[in-house]
Amino acid sequence: MMTLTDDQRLLQDTVRPFMAEEGAIKKQLRHWRDTGCTDGYGTDFWKQFAELGLTGILIPEAQGGAGLGSVEAGLVLEEIGRNLTPSPFLSTAVAAVRALEGSAQAERWFPGILAGETVAALAVDEGKHHDPSKVVMDAKRQGNGFVLNGAKQFVVQGNSANVILVAARTGGSSGETDGITLFAVEKGANGLDVERVALADSSKAARLKFDNVAVDADAVVGEVDGGWGPLSRALNAGRAGAAAELVGVASGASEMTFDYLRQRKQFGKLIGEFQALQHRAAHLYGEIEIARAAALKAAQLLDTGDAQAELFVSVAKAKAGRVSALAVQEGVQMHGGIGMTDEHDIGLYMKREAVLGQMFGSPHFHAARVAELSGY
Amino acid sequence: MSELDQFRTDTRAWLEANCPPEMRAPMRGEKDLCWGGRNFAFQSDAQKQWMDVMASRGWTVPDWPKEYGGGGLSPAEAKVLKEEMRALGCRPPLTSFGISMLGPALLKYGNEEQKKRFLTEIARGEIRWCQGYSEPGAGSDLAGLQTKAEDVSDPVGGDHYLVNGQKVWTSYADQADWIFCLVRTSSETKHGGISFLLFDMESPGVSTKPILLISGNSPFCETFFDDVKVPKDQLVGELNKGWDVAKYLLGHEREMISGMGLGSGIGTGASGVMLGPVVKPVDPLLRAEIAAFDVDALAFAAMSERFIDQLKAGEAHPAMPSMMKYAGTELNKQRNELVMAAGGSDTLEWESERSKGGKPARDWLRSKANSIEGGTSEIQLGIVAKHILRLPGA
Repeated sequence: MMTLTDDQRLLQDTVRPFMAEEGAIKKQLRHWRDTGCTDGYGTDFWKQFAELGLTGILIPEAQGGAGLGSVEAGLVLEEIGRNLTPSPFLSTAVAAVRALEGSAQAERWFPGILAGETVAALAVDEGKHHDPSKVVMDAKRQGNGFVLNGAKQFVVQGNSANVILVAARTGGSSGETDGITLFAVEKGANGLDVERVALADSSKAARLKFDNVAVDADAVVGEVDGGWGPLSRALNAGRAGAAAELVGVASGASEMTFDYLRQRKQFGKLIGEFQALQHRAAHLYGEIEIARAAALKAAQLLDTGDAQAELFVSVAKAKAGRVSALAVQEGVQMHGGIGMTDEHDIGLYMKREAVLGQMFGSPHFHAARVAELSGY
Repeated sequence: MSELDQFRTDTRAWLEANCPPEMRAPMRGEKDLCWGGRNFAFQSDAQKQWMDVMASRGWTVPDWPKEYGGGGLSPAEAKVLKEEMRALGCRPPLTSFGISMLGPALLKYGNEEQKKRFLTEIARGEIRWCQGYSEPGAGSDLAGLQTKAEDVSDPVGGDHYLVNGQKVWTSYADQADWIFCLVRTSSETKHGGISFLLFDMESPGVSTKPILLISGNSPFCETFFDDVKVPKDQLVGELNKGWDVAKYLLGHEREMISGMGLGSGIGTGASGVMLGPVVKPVDPLLRAEIAAFDVDALAFAAMSERFIDQLKAGEAHPAMPSMMKYAGTELNKQRNELVMAAGGSDTLEWESERSKGGKPARDWLRSKANSIEGGTSEIQLGIVAKHILRLPGA
């Protein structure tokens, strides 16, 4: 059923006011941006996520987590998106946890994640476009471990992360999914250069350079040459999560815009009385509902391990990206001049959408993937 | 095993035993639909047998109450039946405006006698209904309708209404047995002077004339009423309160039409048929357009599933059918445009055997009506703006 269960509603009822109040734009995003925070989010605020049990939302109950799924993570991310709440939730509690689950590394990092003390990042992209199977970064066996050489970019939370999950090639060649190995590399490793990059939305990412970075054999997550398994789990969860957050961004931007249409007067009328704007607003509303359904469907299929899950994850990420882009563009346009000012929040939605739209693959990447998975 | 799992197992076994093999072959088009009715020419014995055996179980209308010929299934059971029918490739046993439009309105607004009589006939496929809504002067402005029903007391014929006027865009009026019809019973107020009548199309004074469309087909008619006598007990709901019934029924019509966004629009039940594998794009730009379309179509399939679940759970906004109708029909038009583009000059053939009598081109042209019939896209957007977004003056 594509209606929420009582438990899911309860979670939503907890998270919605928390993000709207504690995670509000003024209290978090603007505060950390305007005080020049190098992490881009509040570390104490991340601890509050832990106190609510959110950092362990996907961690199995046996390991101290809530043992919930992508649907529940999506409910949290939708509220994060609606309030533009900055946190390492998507990279750490969703993508990294899915990569680490079931591996020896899970024991090592889950307690810190549960406590809200550990931040994890995923280092996949090597060029300006997301294309995970094209990994060329080199990992060679040396002694009891491996030596990593290469570069990564758009590593979200890469500057504040305690551990970075790095996809590197131990076999095969670019474009092949076999031969990729996933390594857990700790902060401060010798030969690892971290360049902090502030992104358009004031979130922080990193460009990483690996110059003979030595890691032990037990840094491998999953199997050598078999990193595609945990990486795919992380990417699926991350993509579905980003889709849910994009739906939240679209909802937040559109609600703000619809409110403006009900208040702003020109030509002696409320501008929401103009049919030219009414029809665009109604179209946008429908598109957001459709994107929300696509994101929910993808999360449900992931949670049940359905064979169609990957297809729907790409459908959801592509649809939510397109719709969210429409929402922020219409949002700024319908606000007119005030929408171009830094003082107004609507522009912040446009910036966040730009980053989330490309994170884990753009709508173009995912539409092309829908074609490939469908056999054309 | 849960009760629902047990129901699934039983349902599958029953369908396997009772659905004739011919009724599991994919439908080739609208002509394979079973509409039922007094004069319906069944395509095969299998088609009639399938309708009858499903009707005997109440499964032509699975979620209607048993006392009116339905199956009395819960929303979850009805969903299971749909899924199992899809899994076995079963065709819909009966498709009709009685099921998709009039039935829900009667369930809500009909009196007990009307429900017993008309719903049972619909469930068994005995009476085929058509819809008398639009008029030459009342299209988007439906409530401006002028067809008159006068209250006449006639010592010979008993109490009845006398109906005079004209309807247009009456789907399959020339093949229908009865009509549900909006008539003006008062001219004092626009919306408050409309009533909802049911009558037999064989009544003296009723005539129909098919309208030739750009597709070369005539699914719609002009329908004329000249002193048609309608017994008073065929009024649904209260006198002059037909607009409420009309709007409620329109919601169901829009739900039905929105399903066209899911594929061929002929009730295959397939959720999210992907265009790409079907039309095999020939160049990268076309491939890109089709991929973007498939993203939209699959996302809409998820929305349709969610919408139905929300409806059954009573969580859907009453204006949501307008959003669904708008999105689904715009998608179906786009699908047909892409089928034409991908099919190249083959799709331009109008009469050849090869093109099955010009099916791609005729379907493409037919689809253009989707965003007009049942309320235009612009009307739907206006309803969403007013009732969901609460924009001023909408």
